[in-house]
Amino acid sequence: MKIKIINGYILDPSQKIEGIGEILIEDGIIKELNINRPKAGSRSRGIKDTTNKKDLSDTKIINAEGKYVVPGLIDMHVHLREPGFEYKESIKTGTMAAIKGGFTTICCMPNTLPVNDHASVTEFIIRKATQEGFCKVLPIGAITKGQKGEELAEIGTMKNEGCVAFSDDGNPVMNSLIMRRALEYSKAFNVPIISHCEDITLSEGGLVNEGLLSLTLGLKGIPNEAEEIMVYRDLLLAQLTGGRLHIAHVSTEGSTKLIRDAKAKGINVTAETCPHYFSLTEDAIIGYNTNAKVNPPLRTKKDIEAIKEALKDGTIDVIATDHAPHHNDEKMMEFEKAPFGISGLETAFSLSLNLVREGVLSLTQLIEKMTINPAKILNINRGTLKIGSQADILIFDMEKEYHVNAKEFISKGKNTPFDGWVLKGAPVMTIYKGIIKELV
Amino acid sequence: MLTSKDLLGIKELTSEEINFILDTASGFKDILGRDIKKVPTLRGKTTVNLFFEPSTRTRTSFELAAKRLSTDVINFSVTTSSVVKGESLIDTAMTVQALGADFIIIRHSASGVPHLLAKKLKASIINAGDGINEHPTQALLDAFTIKEKKQEIKGLEVAIVGDIVHSRVAKSNIYCLTKLGAKVRLVGPPTLIPKEFKDLGVDIHHNMEEGLKGVDVLMMLRIQMERQGKGFFPSTDEYSKNWGLTPDRLAIAKNDVIVMHPGPMNRGIEISSEIADGPKSVILDQVTNGIAVRMAVMYLLAGVKR
Repeated sequence: MKIKIINGYILDPSQKIEGIGEILIEDGIIKELNINRPKAGSRSRGIKDTTNKKDLSDTKIINAEGKYVVPGLIDMHVHLREPGFEYKESIKTGTMAAIKGGFTTICCMPNTLPVNDHASVTEFIIRKATQEGFCKVLPIGAITKGQKGEELAEIGTMKNEGCVAFSDDGNPVMNSLIMRRALEYSKAFNVPIISHCEDITLSEGGLVNEGLLSLTLGLKGIPNEAEEIMVYRDLLLAQLTGGRLHIAHVSTEGSTKLIRDAKAKGINVTAETCPHYFSLTEDAIIGYNTNAKVNPPLRTKKDIEAIKEALKDGTIDVIATDHAPHHNDEKMMEFEKAPFGISGLETAFSLSLNLVREGVLSLTQLIEKMTINPAKILNINRGTLKIGSQADILIFDMEKEYHVNAKEFISKGKNTPFDGWVLKGAPVMTIYKGIIKELV
Repeated sequence: MLTSKDLLGIKELTSEEINFILDTASGFKDILGRDIKKVPTLRGKTTVNLFFEPSTRTRTSFELAAKRLSTDVINFSVTTSSVVKGESLIDTAMTVQALGADFIIIRHSASGVPHLLAKKLKASIINAGDGINEHPTQALLDAFTIKEKKQEIKGLEVAIVGDIVHSRVAKSNIYCLTKLGAKVRLVGPPTLIPKEFKDLGVDIHHNMEEGLKGVDVLMMLRIQMERQGKGFFPSTDEYSKNWGLTPDRLAIAKNDVIVMHPGPMNRGIEISSEIADGPKSVILDQVTNGIAVRMAVMYLLAGVKR
């Protein structure tokens, strides 16, 4: 079966190409890519006329006129909840939500039950994803056994089994010596250490951003410094060790400054943020809205501006979702008891397109941060439309408007603070391994 | 007229609404002075006291207020309810509603619980203290007491002393008194008064003597023993030496100062017994006025158009 995408505006930052053209997919692989009308200044590619009428009989033609054709998106920060918390999400439903959101590769965090701190768990996730998954799942292993921050997990063995990065996620490694060892040891396997930066002694019991709002709501605050202290510690440890550090979900102005300075000094660091950190302020929690309860917490306008600036100048390399699905019963609780997290896979791309509309990023920069940049950090051969690579492709419509309806989420987690929002720009078709994914 | 079916906090009220409640409470206070203290106003209505935290005075005060208005009262306390069996808050609340409650008086250790119930339930929700957020009827009875003693609240110098950050009483009083035109200052150690309070239009003093100068009304807050050793202050002894109310310190305030305390008191820690039992104390008036104010709140909420 062949697929030919015609008339679409192709954009692939990995090859620095863009313009109207066509892509031929055969056996799940990108066979041909032609830019017929390149955008001024961009490279033209493979100018070979392939519109050979006679072999079109077994070719499905997709007319992408007026749409964009880009590499399938990569989300390097997802919680799939399986094994252990299938009532929140499963590998099947999470990957379906990913496809709906335009993602063809997602990385799942290790905070499952059991924790993905052993190759046997990694093997389970990969096997289950191969059997039931709608897109590629690349596991992230725990840095320490049981995410306890005490003893290194078998990073090398887990890497061989398929883990692409290591993180203790929401249980940050508080012991600086263990973190140092992790950054050192992981160098042998060339894998990044992803740090959820939070000094949990400073944030203790905190629920929302610390400030006037936390005070007037009577909710314990988390100061920006709880994140920044750990960002700075980890940057220093990355400098000391030369290890590969990736900072997860940057939420504060101070963190962006620290990372910018560190990059200027040549420290081996990359960083991500999530759509909610540039789309929402702390005001989203007013009325004790547990769907806006997330860690790190939503911050202020000033932080949002700084994050946009950091996205623009490349300080922040990646947009990830931190997709954290929870059951409605858990969110329908006392604010302090409700778990942290936002179900993000199905709104992330549209929210990120706002950055292009606002002039913060060019479309190329945005697609870069959601395709080739995470691919480079994870050292995986994805996020590209290069001839010969797996045909993971997203076709999206920049102008399509829709109402977000949490009840219609494919993810089991309906916990979104964006319910009822009108968003513009949406995936219209996601192709994974050369197959148009139907969500049934 | 009140516009909301619920009383969730003072934050949500206008100064007109506050004054309206206080005026209505005056009428009920007259009734409480009569020989027959009960009125048939809300006969046939049901009040449920849903208390997830231990409380004697607030629960009793609400119970009495509800009974004086002739509603039927059920006390639903956490130790005897199915909450200890792991029932969720929403399920408990829905059960109480299904029993036919018209008023649900809720106290909970988590901020925002009354707001959650108010969204989910048709009954009138009255916040009897939620976490470190608000305790609106306490502020209303305090304002009522101040008005009774000082006639006018506008222009008064009010000092609130103690553990401000963890005090829902302090928060509600700050909103209430500033809305009514008083000048409010907060006194206590910096660990218990975050600087953001300034944005609420109050002054902050860390020195007790300075904080008491020229004060018309002095509100002492209960110091929670469990705060010591958590870094808020080293010991109750040191706290008491620096911020405890003694006769010497009271002399710094205005001559006709009144001393208030929401109770229960730690005698000898935040307040000396001589003052608590002395002529300037209005602590027991607060308790009595609490019933009248709570009657007014229930009466007015019953009249809110749905």
